[in-house]
Amino acid sequence: MRSVNRDDHVRISFELNGAPVSGLGESRTLLSDFLRGTIGATGTHVGCEHGVCGCCTVQIDGVAQRSCLTLAVQAEGRSVSTVEGVADRETGELSPLQKAFTKHHALQCGFCTPGILMSFSDFLNRNPEPTVEEVKEVLGGHICRCTGYDGLIKAILEAAEEMRAASTAATASR
Amino acid sequence: MGVVGVKDQELLEVKPAERTGSANADVRPWTPDRSGRSGALGSAMTRLEDPALLTGAGRYCDDAPVAVGTLYAAILRSPKAHAKILSIDVSAAKALPGVHAVITGEDIRAISDPFLVALKAPIDQWSLAVDAVRFVGEAVAVVVADDRYIAEDGVELVNVTYEDLPVVVDCLKAVQPDAPVLHAPAGTNEISNRRFVYGEPDKAFAEAAHVVKTELVYPRSSYTPMECFVVVAEYHKASQSYDVYSNFQGPFSAHPVMAKALRVPGTKLRLRTPADSGGSFGIKLSVFPYIVLMALASRITGRPVKWVEDRFEHLSAASSGPNRVTTIEAAVDKDGRIHGLRMDCLEDYGAFLRAPMPGPLYRMHGALTGAYDIRHLDVTNRVCLTNKMPAALIRGFGGPQIYFALERLVQRIAVELGLDPLDVIRRNLINKEAFPYRTASGALYDSGDYAQAIEKALADGRLEELKARRDAARAEGRYYGIGFAAVVEPGMSNMGYLSTLVPAKVRERVGPKNGAVSMVTVNVDPVGAVSVTADVTVQGQGHQTVIAQIVAEQLGLTPQEILVNLEIDTQKDQWSIAAGSYSCRFSPGTAPAAHIAAQRIRDKVARIAAKQLNTVAEDIDFANGMVFSKSNPDNSMPFSRAAGTAHWSPVLMPGNDQPGLREIGVWSPPELEPPSSKDEINTSLTYGFVFDMCGVEIDPITMEVRVDRYVSMHDAGYLLNPLIAEGQIRGAFVQGLASALYEEFVYDESGAFLSGTFADYLVPTACEVPEIEILHIETPSPFTPLGAKGLAEGNCMSTPVCIANAVADALGVESIQLPITPSRINDLLAGEESRPAKQIQTATDGGSTSARAGHMLTGKGEFVVAAAPEQIWNSLLDPEKLKTVIPGCHTVSVVEPFKYRAEVTLGVGPIKGRFVADVQLSDLQEYRFARLSGGMSGPLGGSEGEGTVTLEALPEGTKVSYTYSVGVSGKVAAVGGRMLERAAGMVIGQFFERLSRVVKPEEDGPANTASTTPRWKRFLGLGR
Amino acid sequence: MKPHKFDYVRPETVAEALDLLAQYGGDARVMAGGQSLMAMLNLRLVQPRVIVDISRIAELSDISDKGSMIEVGATVTQARVENWDRLNETLPFIARAIPFVGHFQTRNRGTVCGSIAHADPSSELPLSLALLQGEVVLRSKKGERVLPAREFQLGLLTTARRDDELVTAVRFPKSIGVNGAAFREVARRHGDFAIVSLGAVRLNGETVRMAVGGMADAPRTIELPANLSDKDLSERIDAFAWDLGGLEDIHATARYRRDLLRRMALPIYREVAPCAA
Repeated sequence: MRSVNRDDHVRISFELNGAPVSGLGESRTLLSDFLRGTIGATGTHVGCEHGVCGCCTVQIDGVAQRSCLTLAVQAEGRSVSTVEGVADRETGELSPLQKAFTKHHALQCGFCTPGILMSFSDFLNRNPEPTVEEVKEVLGGHICRCTGYDGLIKAILEAAEEMRAASTAATASR
Repeated sequence: MGVVGVKDQELLEVKPAERTGSANADVRPWTPDRSGRSGALGSAMTRLEDPALLTGAGRYCDDAPVAVGTLYAAILRSPKAHAKILSIDVSAAKALPGVHAVITGEDIRAISDPFLVALKAPIDQWSLAVDAVRFVGEAVAVVVADDRYIAEDGVELVNVTYEDLPVVVDCLKAVQPDAPVLHAPAGTNEISNRRFVYGEPDKAFAEAAHVVKTELVYPRSSYTPMECFVVVAEYHKASQSYDVYSNFQGPFSAHPVMAKALRVPGTKLRLRTPADSGGSFGIKLSVFPYIVLMALASRITGRPVKWVEDRFEHLSAASSGPNRVTTIEAAVDKDGRIHGLRMDCLEDYGAFLRAPMPGPLYRMHGALTGAYDIRHLDVTNRVCLTNKMPAALIRGFGGPQIYFALERLVQRIAVELGLDPLDVIRRNLINKEAFPYRTASGALYDSGDYAQAIEKALADGRLEELKARRDAARAEGRYYGIGFAAVVEPGMSNMGYLSTLVPAKVRERVGPKNGAVSMVTVNVDPVGAVSVTADVTVQGQGHQTVIAQIVAEQLGLTPQEILVNLEIDTQKDQWSIAAGSYSCRFSPGTAPAAHIAAQRIRDKVARIAAKQLNTVAEDIDFANGMVFSKSNPDNSMPFSRAAGTAHWSPVLMPGNDQPGLREIGVWSPPELEPPSSKDEINTSLTYGFVFDMCGVEIDPITMEVRVDRYVSMHDAGYLLNPLIAEGQIRGAFVQGLASALYEEFVYDESGAFLSGTFADYLVPTACEVPEIEILHIETPSPFTPLGAKGLAEGNCMSTPVCIANAVADALGVESIQLPITPSRINDLLAGEESRPAKQIQTATDGGSTSARAGHMLTGKGEFVVAAAPEQIWNSLLDPEKLKTVIPGCHTVSVVEPFKYRAEVTLGVGPIKGRFVADVQLSDLQEYRFARLSGGMSGPLGGSEGEGTVTLEALPEGTKVSYTYSVGVSGKVAAVGGRMLERAAGMVIGQFFERLSRVVKPEEDGPANTASTTPRWKRFLGLGR
Repeated sequence: MKPHKFDYVRPETVAEALDLLAQYGGDARVMAGGQSLMAMLNLRLVQPRVIVDISRIAELSDISDKGSMIEVGATVTQARVENWDRLNETLPFIARAIPFVGHFQTRNRGTVCGSIAHADPSSELPLSLALLQGEVVLRSKKGERVLPAREFQLGLLTTARRDDELVTAVRFPKSIGVNGAAFREVARRHGDFAIVSLGAVRLNGETVRMAVGGMADAPRTIELPANLSDKDLSERIDAFAWDLGGLEDIHATARYRRDLLRRMALPIYREVAPCAA
């Protein structure tokens, strides 16, 4: 049974984008703060710290969730993915989602973008053929103040289509 | 729709204005190359900023490493709207391990000055509250600690004693003679009142066939960037200077204000801004008081200090647009032609007037008549202060307020005169032949063809079909309306406009203020690599991309080859008082400066190359990284070699040219003149045009406004990058939509702030946003070398009123209150609500109700206790018994007879806080009646209120009846509004439940562990 | 917005969790998904001495068919229920209501039991439990109690859970609503707490049960004959609306809430009890 005393700083370890990471944190340290301040993975942003804005969305074991509503210690032993791991880890090539974002001007200040990428790289895995309404519902878990969302919706739908095409091609070639 | 097909747009011929003398007479104008060349200026090139931002490699302010030894700050904020600070006890906070300092107003007062204010009025504001607090959220103390978590622990331990002062929240009440005054030395809350008369308005009204008048209230809201404020400040003791790194959107004219407050020359306040910023929309100008505060905190602690604002702080205290009450009337003839306008604008800036306020009241001053040719104008501008967060810069900056009044008036004219609103608009538009057009109040509109823009919008936006949809909906009894808005959108503010605030005589004395100096530096290194710095701060617009396009265009390079660094360092970079990103100054201001700097580099490289290619500079052209002779393109050299000459081979420099290759482009257009002696002012350099049309339907069940179609026509001159332009329009549209339907900072009458989280401050998400259709025409500005105008604020101005006009059309009402919430529409439409005669279900055992009356949570209840009135009475008067009656009570002490002080832990469910409560009993009628009054305070907030208890003997015991009325402020009010009413009812209910138990002890455990419907709920009638 | 200091304990079995709750009682707060609790911790509205994180207790992670009931364990996320392949067949009402719980991202972590234990009067899952008349399973070292919905949620954020008890599961009666289930909620934005939410199920041939959220300190239910005329229904609903009162906050007046209920009720009712004609 894991237990952390209120006054202690303890070692917290998990996998981040495929590599082990570790650092000292308190029982109360938020995962968002641990990623940014302790690990130095500043791609994950903090926008409201009450679970509404979606900026801090990461994946834990492949599932998109708010890192501001998660304690760092709760990530122990898990596999955490963040925006730094979305592009191809070998070549650095942008994912179809990232490419579509730039094509459709789906970002301006870019502050909300990492969270949105993490939501949709999970969601499109589970639901490769989403409707516009489904995309809006998932996007509804994020606030973007710059773009007006239009470019985001177009980019996500187009990326979904491209990912489907790529997966069909991959299946066919096998 | 996708990116607009720019080729399909009409490029209109515009005759250049007669220039009053230009500082940049040698600047060569540009026309868009729409050939499809990749990266060309004017093409929809994707952004250079994106790859970093998409991979988590952005460099925002909170991402940067900080110096070893940096401490972290948290701010204690006022739970009170208006109170004297009697004492601040910092001992417990200071004793907390990890806390380095607790700083209060007294500490900063000794080493800093109040901020300069645009008005010569005694309304001092320091970076921390001194002596008194004037709005909920005002910074009262700073705790500096090893990390933010500990700093917040410290904040909870600071104990402030306040003495309440009377509060005024409503600006109409604030200007009444008997209103409480926020700043006693000013003697009044109405700190400025200026009347301006242009033409002969009295004559116009006397001769008018009709006068149409309406009154409008524009509410408070903000555009809340996703990244909150960040400040890292370090005091260098040896040089007595401050080094600040912050996501500020200046330096702007705020830098001198900060330096003055810190009592240092500007050179000793070094301000640096990060490479990336998570949005601003004007809001990040309001970082400036915190820059000063953290600079002082660093000085006091001797360590660098970092502060990251959290969302609760941001919503309650960062910045808001000012709310405004406008009374507007028009002198019109029977056809709807407007001959004169009268306006009274009362604008509410909250608790302080922070520089550059009251900007929103004057930024539009030249354009008060909008798109219309109205020569007679009578306007009174009034500035007032209330107990709300200080208002400041937000996107649109005065535009939303003025157009909400003007365009609602136009719709009212149509309704009252029985005309088509479009006809009223058409009859009053400025004719295209009239440009450049001087408005009555002094603006010089550069170009436009408003009539053509409107007709194209109506045709392409399919107005006839929209009307048919309205007819069909109405035939079915549905609420459907169509709205229009015509808006002139200013770009690049004249830095002198605010001086219109003071009378001409004062202006004469202090000297003219005008212009808007823009500066960009282009630098070419020894191998021909080009870098650019500019006086704009990054906020996400894509300025790096457009500047790269502008510079590449001149130098025959690709935008990808141009490095644009928009980090600002006030100790090293070019900047002037206009520097920063606001008022759409990029396209009319910084872009021309970049164009000028790039042309200078081009001219110099051309001279260098001409000498080596044995031709003349006029024969030199640039393309594809080469510099070549136009007459013989084979006679060429690489750009890099030509440019490198300036570094490697001074001996080869032609004529008078100096070695080195670095040019500053300075742009200060002559049209931005100071206000005239008659208060005429050309408030901006460019004036774009927006025409919006929308159809809305009101959902008959929910009363929600559904936007059925939204068409937005823009003329912003030449578009430098249509992809980015469209992004700006879409973003502004959603912010305008938010102001129309969703977002509002809500205060109750006691000054409690009620919109402290994103659960209550409602930023629309993708699910709430309708599609829009964007259209363009391009009438280039003759006053800017690139022909471009500002365009990023138009929909913040046009969309709220366009939707309001459509809703007014749908409902057939005059008064539209923003945001147009379903609850408000319900109130407009719902008739009398009559209670049915027979109740199907009523409480059997007494009952309780709770409600809200204004800011007060009120309630009443009654129950029967099997005990005599004397027993109950004695429990109320016995401190020991009272201790067991008050829920969560730790101690009770008698301060004086009938006056108690209690320490309590109170709450609902898991939400609990520790409070100190002061309760007084009065109006005592033994065994029959008592009045309880008092208040509580603690880290979660406070409350004030009173209640009554009435006892009545019955055969089976005593009937206890109670009433209460409490106001709640501070954090619980700001974040818990949804539950406040019931929570107050429950907590008070607990008191009486326990009262009954003390009198007649029960075997039950505490209420929340009862296994069946608990006794207290039956008492309170909550059981079912 | 950072939490205060607390001790953190992550039991791996129910027995361990119950030991902890017996030891700490009211000083402890149970966290499953934490989607309500964490926000309150960050705002320091809640300051428990101990957080008991039950999210890794494997024995609480099942959705199981108990014959007449579907039992959802305490660590089962809302997303898992939403995507459970037997949901529509066994719990058609939940299938309709659960997409309205928060957002995709919070349903991924938030649990069904956690939402019910949090007892927010505007939440969809407490409403579902009330409407379906489900049960809450509470365990302590002293034993197990099973409370019917109406005895569990006592008021605003207040339940009958004792300090030493753990909500180990909730149970929803199977197949209620197969003859008709409808849910509608009005919120200012998708995913917000409801201003008014309204659910209805057809219980048998003759009865419709409706539940309303957002209008009182807990979800409230009403049972109506399935053959009411529009006019009779309106009268019954009007009386119900007056009885509930409706809450007043910055987004909606009590009057608007009552009017919403009046206007929402008929279409919802008709969805599960169409006109005989």
